[in-house]
Amino acid sequence: MHPVTTPYLQFDRLTKTFPGVRALDRVTFGVAAGRVHALIGENGAGKSTLLKILSGVYRPDEGRILLDGRPRAFRSTTDALAAGIVVIHQELHLVGQLSVAENLFLGHLPGRWGWVDWRRLLAAARRYLSELGEDIDPQAAVRNLSISQRQMIEIAKALTRDARVIAFDEPTSSLSSREIDRLFQIIRGLRDQNRAILYVSHRLSEVFELCDAATVLRDGRCVETFQTLAGLSQDLLVERMVGRPISDLYRYSPRPHGPAALQVEGLLGPGLRAPANLSVAQGEIVGLFGLVGAGRSELLRLIYGAVRPTCGQVSICGRAAGIRGPQEAIRRGVMFCPEDRKRDGVIPIRSVQENINLSSRRRFCPLGLLIHPGRERQNALRQVQRLAIKTPWLGQLVMNLSGGNQQKVVLARWLSEDLRVILLDEPTRGIDVGAKAEIYTIIHALARRGVGVLLASSELPEVLEICDRILVMRQGRIVAELSRAKATPQEVLKLALPVAEPAAAREPL
Amino acid sequence: MPRFFSPRPTVRTRRLLTARLGSLWQGSGMLVVFAIIFLTASLGVPHFFSWVNMTGLMLSVATIGTIACTMLFCLASGDFDLSVGSVVAMSGVLAAVVVNFTGSVGLGIAAGILAGGLVGLVNGLAIAAVGINALITTLATMQIVRGMSYIISDGKAVGVREPAFFSLGISSFLGLPTPVWIMIGCFVIFGLLLNQTTFGRNTLAIGGNREAARLAGVAVRGTKIAIFTLQGLVAGFAGVILASRMTSGQPATAQGLELQVISACVLGGVSLTGGVGTITGVIVGVLIMGTIQNAMNLLNIPPFYQYVASGVILLAAVMVDRLRQRTIA
Repeated sequence: MHPVTTPYLQFDRLTKTFPGVRALDRVTFGVAAGRVHALIGENGAGKSTLLKILSGVYRPDEGRILLDGRPRAFRSTTDALAAGIVVIHQELHLVGQLSVAENLFLGHLPGRWGWVDWRRLLAAARRYLSELGEDIDPQAAVRNLSISQRQMIEIAKALTRDARVIAFDEPTSSLSSREIDRLFQIIRGLRDQNRAILYVSHRLSEVFELCDAATVLRDGRCVETFQTLAGLSQDLLVERMVGRPISDLYRYSPRPHGPAALQVEGLLGPGLRAPANLSVAQGEIVGLFGLVGAGRSELLRLIYGAVRPTCGQVSICGRAAGIRGPQEAIRRGVMFCPEDRKRDGVIPIRSVQENINLSSRRRFCPLGLLIHPGRERQNALRQVQRLAIKTPWLGQLVMNLSGGNQQKVVLARWLSEDLRVILLDEPTRGIDVGAKAEIYTIIHALARRGVGVLLASSELPEVLEICDRILVMRQGRIVAELSRAKATPQEVLKLALPVAEPAAAREPL
Repeated sequence: MPRFFSPRPTVRTRRLLTARLGSLWQGSGMLVVFAIIFLTASLGVPHFFSWVNMTGLMLSVATIGTIACTMLFCLASGDFDLSVGSVVAMSGVLAAVVVNFTGSVGLGIAAGILAGGLVGLVNGLAIAAVGINALITTLATMQIVRGMSYIISDGKAVGVREPAFFSLGISSFLGLPTPVWIMIGCFVIFGLLLNQTTFGRNTLAIGGNREAARLAGVAVRGTKIAIFTLQGLVAGFAGVILASRMTSGQPATAQGLELQVISACVLGGVSLTGGVGTITGVIVGVLIMGTIQNAMNLLNIPPFYQYVASGVILLAAVMVDRLRQRTIA
């Protein structure tokens, strides 16, 4: 355990305001060298704004950053890099078409007067890669590497800049557990080299495993800094993040099920290896659990008609629905929240009001042509209040909302409709604890209204928490069905793990 | 209690006000630029600020202004249309030929408009149904249609022999020439279409995020085909009016018109990547272009220098707008 000395990196009353939003409010805390310091908080708490100020993208309106006791002002990202600060973002900033060596020294290729010294470049690249213990060819193109390897390149990039402060922003969201172990090993190594490490993550279990200290942000304010994590519980951290006692958050409760809302028979299409059969009753929440590549998203998209199935039958509330595309699906009462909300869910440059009303205009347009601005505003306002969407006004561009609120906007789009079945694909991906609980409550309320919910998720705790029944998918097939009572984490995971084909023993359906 | 709010007690009225003011400032930048340019011209250029000159100014941008209304929809949905100049030429030539051949002015006008619509439909089908890139498709139709206008006219101007045809372009009503009234009418109609109809809002949604719009149940293909067809019809109409003003169909006219129309839209704040655009912006953009050109003519600036000046002003105006947007972030 390293002694706590004057922090190497100190944030002093950092404040940053955007139109309509105070992103950071006098945030003050310090990160000591030789420690891994966690930064946790809900989406919209100010973590990414803080990182952007740290890396020189934004300049604070008030307050300052001190490095080794001296106040520093960064006029650009180059200044921050020169000061030895490197931020490794969730979306890795590498150039896919260039080689590993070029990416490592991006911005400071060795050479004279603009002429690149390739020999020196490759030798240096090999040196840094071996320091990390990575066996990557420095001439390989980055786009051919896996996500975990690319992350290693980013870390090596930080080493080439001799970074004294390295900040990680949600580094584990796309990694397997083995890769996470490797990453943690590397981070501990960096820490032992007396660098200051800032670790931003939603996953509290990782924070407890890796970090020495933690700061909680909420609504732009620094709520509390824990200099040691020994003796703390996850619940305490969650309460600090959310500002409410843990018992206020979501609680599961069973509800009566009606007749079948959704019935799928023999559905086959891209991404599925065997015909899919399932049913969801009215008021039931059915989870589709599987690992990456299991075919969950593909199945949902086939049911919705976003991708045309090659054969099969989908029935809604007992009637066969010839769903050929999203428009028919909506007319039959089937609605879909896609996995990647930024890419497929919201229209980022349009307002909250427009995004909410996108699908429902035909209901309050007399000719299906003219819109009624008053009714549009009313509808949007009603949904914003119902779902507690945090936005200063209805005209706010959706891209300025946090991830959790963007997801609520996508959900809000469907709530005013005559909803029979809702298909949710990873509804809480990248969303923090507080907003997650709110979305679970919304899903629950939908089910209680009689809607059939089919939820695809790769987060096991989530599926176990809210679903009445769990369907496990593996390699393009539905392989098992478990009731809530019978589902344990070990059992579900065992069914979801890929087996070599042909399998000797198959789980009974 | 503020009108728009979220039930969380953290949102205050002050935040709401700054958010709305911020968005208002962002949206009205080019209006300010136009005001500056107009004021400068009124004070600095003799004879600029007179009724005669104002009508002349508006007449000079009538063609651009009319087509800019539909180009707004095209750009807002995330596409391009480079074929409008050729359509203008072809429809004028076709109208002239039909009028001379049949003796009926109405038939000639209808032929021009419908031919334009047909080109637009072909564009729309190729782009939305088949999926070819809009830039390449309209580049191709631009060539094809231009060629057709030379073929129909046999390479020469087609003088119209029915004087009734000229009334469209030369007449005036309440002091304003008819083409100007038509441009104003288009502003009103397409402004309503953009703001008050599902079609208009869907256009912006498609341009903002095409896949999200599709998954939300918006008829993406149908909307795009409709946009290009409308654009073809309007360009056809503009071509007929132009032919009426010139009393003949000219196969070589309107070269480069498409770029001028797109420039007017960009000046008006329409985003080239789609999803952003307003009719007021387009009006401002068209007026900026008209004012600058008009002022330069009054100052007797030689035409070669006018090219340079127009380009520089376009660049400067957009740069000012970008800088202003960045200071808000």
